[in-house]
Amino acid sequence: MNIFVLIKQVPDTEAVLAVRDGKTINEDGIKWIISPYDEYAIEEAIKLKEQNEGYKVNILTLGPQRSESAIRSALAMGADNGIHIETDEHPNAKETAKILAEAIKKEPDHGIIFMGKQAIDEDSNQIHILVAEFLGLPVATNVTRFTMNGDKVVVDREIDEGAIETIEMGIPCVIGASKGLNTPRYASLMGIMKAKKIPLKKISLSDLGFAELSGSVSTEKLYSPPEKPEGKVLEGEPEEVVKELVRLLKEEVKVL
Amino acid sequence: MANIGIYIELKDKYFKKSNREIISLATSGSNTTTAIIFSNDISDYKEDLNGVDKIIQVKGDELKFHPDNYANTLAAIISESEFDFMLGAFSFQGKDIFPRLSGKLDNSALINDCTNVDFDNNLVTKPVYSGKLLQEKKISSRIKLITLRPNVFPVEDRDSKNTEISEYNLITDNQRIKIIEVKKSESKKIDLMEAEIIVSGGRGIKSKENFSVLEELAQLLNAGVGASRAAVDSEFATYDMQVGQTGKVVNPKLYIACGISGAIQHFVGMKTSKIIVAINKDSEAPIFKKADYGIVGDLFKIVPLLKTELEKAI
Ligand SMILES: Cc1cc2nc3c(=O)[nH]c(=O)nc-3n(C[C@H](O)[C@H](O)[C@H](O)COP(=O)(O)OP(=O)(O)OC[C@H]3O[C@@H](n4cnc5c(N)ncnc54)[C@H](O)[C@@H]3O)c2cc1C
Ligand SMILES: Nc1ncnc2c1ncn2[C@@H]1O[C@H](COP(=O)(O)O)[C@@H](O)[C@H]1O
Repeated sequence: MNIFVLIKQVPDTEAVLAVRDGKTINEDGIKWIISPYDEYAIEEAIKLKEQNEGYKVNILTLGPQRSESAIRSALAMGADNGIHIETDEHPNAKETAKILAEAIKKEPDHGIIFMGKQAIDEDSNQIHILVAEFLGLPVATNVTRFTMNGDKVVVDREIDEGAIETIEMGIPCVIGASKGLNTPRYASLMGIMKAKKIPLKKISLSDLGFAELSGSVSTEKLYSPPEKPEGKVLEGEPEEVVKELVRLLKEEVKVL
Repeated sequence: MANIGIYIELKDKYFKKSNREIISLATSGSNTTTAIIFSNDISDYKEDLNGVDKIIQVKGDELKFHPDNYANTLAAIISESEFDFMLGAFSFQGKDIFPRLSGKLDNSALINDCTNVDFDNNLVTKPVYSGKLLQEKKISSRIKLITLRPNVFPVEDRDSKNTEISEYNLITDNQRIKIIEVKKSESKKIDLMEAEIIVSGGRGIKSKENFSVLEELAQLLNAGVGASRAAVDSEFATYDMQVGQTGKVVNPKLYIACGISGAIQHFVGMKTSKIIVAINKDSEAPIFKKADYGIVGDLFKIVPLLKTELEKAI
């Protein structure tokens, strides 16, 4: 089975972000990482491959040239192949999903598709479900446990405050990984060396028939929210400060 | 003048607060509004639904939440309607259903987790990069699918109208997934994304058992209990409690952070709280730069004192 893992490269969670030209972030000096939920997706795919002879893990990403390093990191963890849809364009969520679905359709014998429940850049929270819709496949999001039983997949997912739902689906299907699914491994030195030698498959948007983008969603503005004014530390004996805090909460800011 | 559909979310028959927020937003202008509710008996929700022009009541034998059934039914209703906008909450159900709708409906686009909507100009605002930045987007597809962040839009009093009610049958074919079982947590947890007050604990709590100190305070305040990732990774708390960039983004009126240092990944998850209180024994902890009110001290001493003081005050 050809397992797919769809990943996105995003700014490091520590990154301080500045806006350029009012619409995009200034990428200078930013450290890039694989979106954390996509790391869970990669790990689960590699585990599945290790348990099943003949399975291959294929990494697929759409993004600019720099995203190549995200694919290399995933290969270093133990994935087999990398496909890079290279573009400087920013297709909107629905288009991105259509393009990714089209790229998967072109690959033979595609089985389980692992994705993240959300990419932590624009937090668009939809591409995994859209990919499933465009491929006509079952999908489960927020997945915290995954097992494969013959030709079925059984997963647990969080559906509400602390409530867990168990779902069964056929294969192929799409999994939207969440925290708790596994602990992603670190790449070994050998893995990193090996990953460097794996040739990547590069495709363009026009190869997939998406030379024109629809633009039904456009970004008008990107800006920093107002800074929170610096607060104050209450000084005094514990009994006094606690009394003062309750007074402030009740009478001053009225949040009780 | 927009034609707006609203997905009403029930949680075990409970009418969620986010529904009232969405109805208030949609009915504030001169829009036409239709509420779609999945329930065989809506008599208990009449008042909650005040203000909408039409109600579509979806009935069926298998009304338990199933993302495929709900999405297929909603997609059919939307196709037969003339909605310009379809609104829902950015909740577990919303995140499950709305992307499916976007996939099923041609000429639609979805923006999740919006904190502002301009119906006249087809503009929405949403936090991106976990709220480090805000983005304004214009949607030009015919059907605009939008989920709204809970706890952002005010709930207004709405008068009852002469509401037209129609019925629709739940669609149950084309199920792609099979739900085997649902396990609820034993304790009735308060939804962090809707909570008005959250008491949160970090590594400073030191053990799972010690979380009871926070739970007691939370019970008094009818608050939800949150946690930092360090507390979750140390197994003092469960992942559904994690607040932050890779947990939940919350915005209560009051957020009380106990034994949390204030790392950026935690802060972005709670910074839109109206008031942040920090209790930490280290006066140099970064959380004090971000909290409205800080108390330097041992949380095991301060939190019980706070509880005693609050018992007197409320
Ligand atoms: C990719 C990525 C994603 C992340 N996502 C998240 C996320 O979603 N949410 C999140 O929270 N973190 C996240 N983190 C982790 C984050 O960087 C911090 O490590 C984490 O928030 C620290 O948790 P903490 O404040 O509880 O622990 P610490 O930083 O260890 O702080 C503990 C604090 O408790 C205080 N303390 C100790 N004992 C007491 C006492 N008796 N009384 C009072 N105070 C006491 C200490 O002074 C200290 O300030 C993420 C990190 C990465 C790299
Ligand atoms: N450009 C992309 N290339 C490949 N996969 C993507 C891309 N964008 C999003 N994804 C996948 O879709 C998931 C959900 O992303 P999003 O809808 O952007 O929050 C991510 O966790 C990835 O698995």
